[in-house]
Amino acid sequence: MDGSIGTKQTIDLAKAPLRELNQDLHRQTDGSNDKVWEVLNPMGFHSIAVGIDAPIEVEIRGNVGYYCAGMNKKAYVTVHGSAGPGVAENMMSGTVRIKGDASQYAGATGRGGLLVIEGNASSRCGVSMKGIDIVVKGNIGHMSAFMAQSGHLVVLGDAGDALGDSIYEAKLFVRGKVKSLGADCIEKEMRPEHHEALGKLLEKAGITDVKTSEFKRYGSARKLYNFNIDNADAY
Amino acid sequence: MSYHNPPTTPRKSAVFDDYTLSEIRRAAQTGIYDIRGAGAKRKVPHFDDLLFLGASISRYPLEGYREKCSTAVTLGTRFAKKPIELKIPITIAGMSFGALSAHAKEALGRGASIAGTSTTTGDGGMTPEERGQSKTLIYQYLPSRYGMNPDDLRRADAIEVVVGQGAKPGGGGMLLGQKISDRVAEMRNLPKGIDQRSACRHPDWTGPDDLEIKIQEIREITDWQKPIYVKIGGTRPYYDVALAVKAGADVVVLDGMQGGTAATQEVFIENVGLPTLACIRPAVQALQDLDMHRKVQLIVSGGIRNGADVAKALALGADAVAIGIAALVALGDNDPQWEGEYEKLGTTAGAYDDWHEGRDPAGITTQDPELMARFDPVKGGRRLANYLKVMTLEVQTIARACGHNHIHNLEPEDLCALTLEAAAMARVPLAGTGWIPGQGTGGF
Repeated sequence: MDGSIGTKQTIDLAKAPLRELNQDLHRQTDGSNDKVWEVLNPMGFHSIAVGIDAPIEVEIRGNVGYYCAGMNKKAYVTVHGSAGPGVAENMMSGTVRIKGDASQYAGATGRGGLLVIEGNASSRCGVSMKGIDIVVKGNIGHMSAFMAQSGHLVVLGDAGDALGDSIYEAKLFVRGKVKSLGADCIEKEMRPEHHEALGKLLEKAGITDVKTSEFKRYGSARKLYNFNIDNADAY
Repeated sequence: MSYHNPPTTPRKSAVFDDYTLSEIRRAAQTGIYDIRGAGAKRKVPHFDDLLFLGASISRYPLEGYREKCSTAVTLGTRFAKKPIELKIPITIAGMSFGALSAHAKEALGRGASIAGTSTTTGDGGMTPEERGQSKTLIYQYLPSRYGMNPDDLRRADAIEVVVGQGAKPGGGGMLLGQKISDRVAEMRNLPKGIDQRSACRHPDWTGPDDLEIKIQEIREITDWQKPIYVKIGGTRPYYDVALAVKAGADVVVLDGMQGGTAATQEVFIENVGLPTLACIRPAVQALQDLDMHRKVQLIVSGGIRNGADVAKALALGADAVAIGIAALVALGDNDPQWEGEYEKLGTTAGAYDDWHEGRDPAGITTQDPELMARFDPVKGGRRLANYLKVMTLEVQTIARACGHNHIHNLEPEDLCALTLEAAAMARVPLAGTGWIPGQGTGGF
C-alpha cells in the first residue's frame, strides 16, 4: 500500500483515549485523505484499531494487547512490537503484519486478508479460520488450525501438537517439524497448484529466501465430515 | 399337590419404561446416540407449580381494560448509547438460519415487529430477509462465528454473546449434512453436504476476564452504540450472572433446560442443566447483590408458553422473557394438519422433534424447497404477532389482578407454590403456608 499519499495522523494513546482512536479510524472511508495513522504508546492496550473499514495504513509503535486489528477490512495494520491474543480475529480483508510475536488465537475465524507474523505464534493460531491467509515466519503452538475451514496457514518454522485437528478445507504448509497432527489431519501431496499458491503467499508476505519445495502440505482426510460411529475414537 | 400361581396383570417396569426400552433398541440397532431438536421433555418443576395470589383486602386490583398496565421494556441501559425499546416483555430467542428456513426467519421478524418486540439471529449469520423484516434484531455472537462480519454487527440493534444455552450448556451443535444447502454452506464457509459442527466454546477467549476484553472489543467496533447481551445456559446462575455483569454485560439472557435447540444429543438435553424455575432467583439474587437488578436486565427463557409463565418469570425478577419453541408452534410447527406426514416420519403432531433432518412437514425447520414452499412468511408472521399479543394481554390481566400498573411491579410476594420443590426453587411460600423450603441453607 502506498502510505505516502494523503496526510498522516499521529495518535498518542498516552494522551488520547482508545475509544477516540477507534472512532476516528471508523470515520475513514475509501476516499479519506488521512491515509496514514501512527499510534504511539499502545502500552499493551486491548482492541486497538478494531473494526476499520477503509484502505488506510496504521502503524502501531509498540506492543498491543488482545484483539488488535480485529475484524479488519481493507486496512494495512503494522504492529511494531508483539501482539496479545486474538490479533486480527475475524479479519475480512486487508493486511495485518506483526513485527514481533503473537499470542494465542492469532487470526481466529478470519474470513479474508493476510496476516503476517514475523516472529512466533502461540497456540491455536488460525483456529476456525474461514478464508484468511496466515504466514508465520517462526513457530506456531499447539492446536493451531483447529477446525480450520478455509484459507491458508503457512509456517516457516515448526508446528506444535495436534496441528489441524478436525480441519475442514483449509490448506496448511509447514516448513519445519510438526510435533503431531490432530484428528482427521494428514500430510498431502504438494502438487504444482500448491507450489504456485504457496509461492504467491510467500511473495505477498515479502518472504523471498525460502523455496516452496521446502514445505509439506497438510489438510483434511475428510473422514469426519459425516458422523460415523466407527470413527468415534477420533471424536 | 401342584402349586397354583394365580395370574397377575402384566406389569411394565417404571425404570425400563417403553421409551427407555425403545431407546436401548434404537442404540443397539444404529450405533449412534439419538440426536433431536427442542428442549427437555422430562417433567421438572415449572411455572405450572406456581400460583398468583391476586388482590384482596390488603391489595386492590386495577380495572381490566380501563386502568393502565404498562408493558414497555427497555434493555441495555447500562453502557449502550442506544438501548433497545420494546413494547412488550416477550422477545424471540435466537434460532439459526440453517436450522430454520429463510422464510421462517422472515416470519419471526415480521411477527416480532408487528408486536413491537425483538427477534434474534442464530448460528448461521444474519439473512437479509430477517434483517429486512425485523424492526429490532439482536445479532448473536457465537463460538462458530459462522457468517460473522463487522457490517452485520453494525446493522444489528444489539449483540448477544452466546456462552451457552439451556438445552445443552457446555455443548456445541451439529447441523447435519442434509440441511446444508448451497446458501447455508456459503454463509458458513464450508462445503455443501457435510455435517457442520458448532463449537462449544469461543475460539478466541476463555473465562470471565477474557470475556470482559471480548465485550470491550465488540463495543469498540460498534462505537459503544449497541447493547451487549450475554446468554448463558442455566447451570450455575448465581455465579454466571455475576461474572457476566462483571464482564460488562448490559443484558443477561438466562436459558433453562426446557429451552430448545435445533439439534443435540437426547442424553444431553435431558440430563444437563437446570430447570428454568430453578435459575431465576439465584440470577436475580446475583444482580441484587451487585446492586445491578434492573440496571443490567435479565431475560429468562426455557419453556415459556403463555402469559402466566411470562408473569411468573417477571414476578420472580426477570425483566423480559424469550420464546423459541412456542414461537415455532405459533408459526405452525407440529400442527395436527400435517398428522399424516408426521406418521410417515414415525412420529405424531406434538412430538415431532427431528428438526435436524430437514424433513419438517410444516416447512419451518427445513431447507427443502418443496417443504419450504408450504410456509407463508406473511401469514406465519401474523400468527406469531397474534400469539405475542395474547400473551401480553394475559400478563396484563394477571398484573392488574395483583394491583400492578406495570408488569415489572409483579413481585415474588404475588406468588405461592403448589409443591415443595417449586417453593424451594422459586423461593416463595408453599400454598397456604408461610413456609419457604430451603431458605437459610446458603449456596446456590
